[in-house]
Amino acid sequence: MPGDVKVVERPRAESSYVRAAAKGMSITMRHLLSPNKKTQQYPDEKWELAPRTRGTHRMAVHEDGRAKCVACGLCPTVCPVNCIKLVPAEDESGERYAAIYEIDEFRCIFCGYCQEVCPVEAIHLGVHYENAEYSRERWVYDLERLVEQEHDVTALWDPQDPASQ
Amino acid sequence: MNPVTGGAFVLATVGKVIIFFSVLMLAVMLATIFERKVCGFMQDRSGPNRVGPWGLLQVIADGLKNLLKEETMPAQAVRPFFLLAPVLGILPATILFAVIPFASPLPTQWGLVEMIVADVPIGFLYVLAIGSIGVYGVAMGGWASGSKYSLLGGLRGSAQMVSYEVALALSLVPLILLTGDVRAPEIVSMQQTFTAGPATYATWFMFPLLVGLFFFFVSGLAETNRLPFDLPEAEAELITGYHTEYSAMKFSMFMIGEFAHVITVAALVTVFFLGGWDIPFWQGDNIRVLADGTVIGEPTWWKTLLTLGAFGVKTSLLVLVFVWIRWTLPRFRYDQLMDLGWKFMLEAVTVYILVIAFVILGIEAVGIPAGGWYAFVLFLVNLALAGVLFFAMDRGTLIRGGAKGARPGGGDAAEGQGG
Repeated sequence: MPGDVKVVERPRAESSYVRAAAKGMSITMRHLLSPNKKTQQYPDEKWELAPRTRGTHRMAVHEDGRAKCVACGLCPTVCPVNCIKLVPAEDESGERYAAIYEIDEFRCIFCGYCQEVCPVEAIHLGVHYENAEYSRERWVYDLERLVEQEHDVTALWDPQDPASQ
Repeated sequence: MNPVTGGAFVLATVGKVIIFFSVLMLAVMLATIFERKVCGFMQDRSGPNRVGPWGLLQVIADGLKNLLKEETMPAQAVRPFFLLAPVLGILPATILFAVIPFASPLPTQWGLVEMIVADVPIGFLYVLAIGSIGVYGVAMGGWASGSKYSLLGGLRGSAQMVSYEVALALSLVPLILLTGDVRAPEIVSMQQTFTAGPATYATWFMFPLLVGLFFFFVSGLAETNRLPFDLPEAEAELITGYHTEYSAMKFSMFMIGEFAHVITVAALVTVFFLGGWDIPFWQGDNIRVLADGTVIGEPTWWKTLLTLGAFGVKTSLLVLVFVWIRWTLPRFRYDQLMDLGWKFMLEAVTVYILVIAFVILGIEAVGIPAGGWYAFVLFLVNLALAGVLFFAMDRGTLIRGGAKGARPGGGDAAEGQGG
């Protein structure tokens, strides 16, 4: 040992291995016998998610079942990671709709800008996170799949505190 | 009724080997799930509980997984020894079980079957001899893996196991001083009460040999490579040491070996210090088979079952203590481990043997016959010794590195250990 190491003498009650070991044993035994276990039985019981949790996207629809999206192109523009693919089209009456609307959930960072920027409140993030897949392709959600999602949509603000005060 | 002889003896022995090897393996499986459950509970988790009732089938799932996993063979590994090491890890623990009496003798129509696989006349020496073979699995596995981490783990393991072997053997000497016989069934009988036959001590040896129990248990912890002595594995430093390179079933065999070792040591403590299969506060189960074949007591089959249960309960409780210690105490540093083994345990055990030997001489000089009072006097002596031991260990200098007196040259090591 180098000569300049300073050995601090501590009181015996602090430095005694025996006492510390006995104390540790009593602590572990207390926890062993305690019925209060913290494990959450995950698939059986789940977290109660906050209303502003940002998760899997969902597309809002009109009463007749058409997607509300008007293909304005704001969401792919604002998306920081370029995970939204949008090809707009126009029907006979001149109304714009999305011919292709795909969101790569694998790439998405769930920032929520698309929901904020949407002028017709069509695309939403959702209160939902269990979306495991067997292949990467399955992570790209097309318009049909976005419409099919059934979970709650993310609230943009807390109704009790709209101004975030 | 006389002990079985001839063909019936051979048949009975083969039967016992098969049955109790299976029971030991089953116990190992249960011990793994038990360990994980207790660990979980101690950490306020619920432990494995998905497979089967209370997660009991988890062990089967794990076993299947290990069977189906890929067996890897490192390029640098020395093939024959690499394959042999897991076997050597598992072997000593299982054959140690051969000399452990686990129940009172069972009467059959061919004679009395002693519930011990091999009642060898050198029981105690057999335990020590086979116990020291356990080091080969660790050392060989570490070396044959061709990995530096494994080699270090193996080296540490062999040094540690050889060191604590000494204390383990010596801590049993006071027991032999008391019993005067090294056969395990005789050691169990010595802890029971009889109205006839040679004198016994009428109490479990944990009382008259309290300090010996402590030493034996600590050495046993070191022998099984369990925390706080799991230096050969040391996840953080050595990536689990000697079995780093092992996968699938070979790894599983090391684990089985470790748990079998734990159970065996627990069973040995039970036999030597906790009265073996003796049921406390009840004299009906006290059955003794003397060396010449005389049977004292009345063996029946239900007594065999009851005493087997008692043995199981005691062993399980000791396994619980093993697990309890594992999930509580942190690992020793290597120099602390060696200091504890060579500078403390060895001396303390030697002194203990001397003290016990002199006390026995004194007791016999006074003329107290072997029995309850004899044990009581020894118990008082042991209480005093335990007090001294606690006082000495409480001073904190025994398991502390870097301080005065803990290493050669002392704390002011400016002059010593240059460089």
